[in-house]
Amino acid sequence: MKLLPSPLVCREAVELVADYVEGALSPRATRRLEKHLAKCPHCSAYLSQISSTIAASGTVGPEDLEPEVLSGLVDLFRSYQADTGDSVRDPLDGGSASPS
Amino acid sequence: MPHCSPARAEGVTTLGRSSGASVVRVDDLELLAAIGAGDEAAFTELVRRYHPSLVKVARYYVGSDATANDVAQETWMAVVRGIDRFEGRSSFKTWLLRICVNRARSIGTREHRQVPIDPTEQGPSVPANRFDEGGAWTDPPTPFSDSIDEAVSNAELVAAVRGAISALGDPQQSVVTLRDVEGLSTQEVAELLGLSVANVRVILHRGRAKVRELVEHQMRGVDR
Ligand SMILES: [Zn+2]
Repeated sequence: MKLLPSPLVCREAVELVADYVEGALSPRATRRLEKHLAKCPHCSAYLSQISSTIAASGTVGPEDLEPEVLSGLVDLFRSYQADTGDSVRDPLDGGSASPS
Repeated sequence: MPHCSPARAEGVTTLGRSSGASVVRVDDLELLAAIGAGDEAAFTELVRRYHPSLVKVARYYVGSDATANDVAQETWMAVVRGIDRFEGRSSFKTWLLRICVNRARSIGTREHRQVPIDPTEQGPSVPANRFDEGGAWTDPPTPFSDSIDEAVSNAELVAAVRGAISALGDPQQSVVTLRDVEGLSTQEVAELLGLSVANVRVILHRGRAKVRELVEHQMRGVDR
């Protein structure tokens, strides 16, 4: 005897979307969700929003670095270079970075 | 004017080289090698790429933004001094983040800071008042973009997402930053933060739902 799962309502469907986009949903739950998505434009829109958000996150660029923070780090870099002497000057020469 | 390089996803960006007028693409490892040779532009470029994420991940372990910034700074100096050597067993990014996490964790332990392990706020992904009693949408969402390609180039959306991630609390902010901004795998995020994969998924679920909600608010122009 097999129990048929009741169809998902939207409130339940949106809770499955997170694991769905991670590929972490069981095959059975995946089928249930996809069945719902096929006939529900609203939950499809929700999935689209989540997917767009994740994609946009990947392009949140490195430009949100405060100039003072960057210049502070560059100052540290310069003083370290000054301390270690002037033996290495040609940046294309490998220099002290390569083990010999 | 912020400039987003679409190539950043592959850890590659453009950097001018002094020799000749040509601009070449430089990946993380080339920059690392150049730093060893004292190349300041290479150092600046790597800092630009990763410093914000280092600070965010450090903040997960330590008690203040100032301490988190110090930890990230120490991480760079360790890299520059060659104290921690990259041996190619992971991506450069993961290696760098691990140095930062190790430092942050030992400071956090000294501070006796409780690491935010599990989000106790177990609310629904979408506020209950958006559904009727039967669980169907009464205030349905509309897509933020026509396609993924369009989402990536939509400056308004990217700005809204950036703001939303910054507004997250921990551990959600750290998890979303590592997974979605830096593109690490769930497994790598779990290792860096000392969480189980299942826990990372739960936190990611909450974090992404929150980001979506904040972005929707912004994109609809609901201001008060
Ligand atoms: Zn639905």
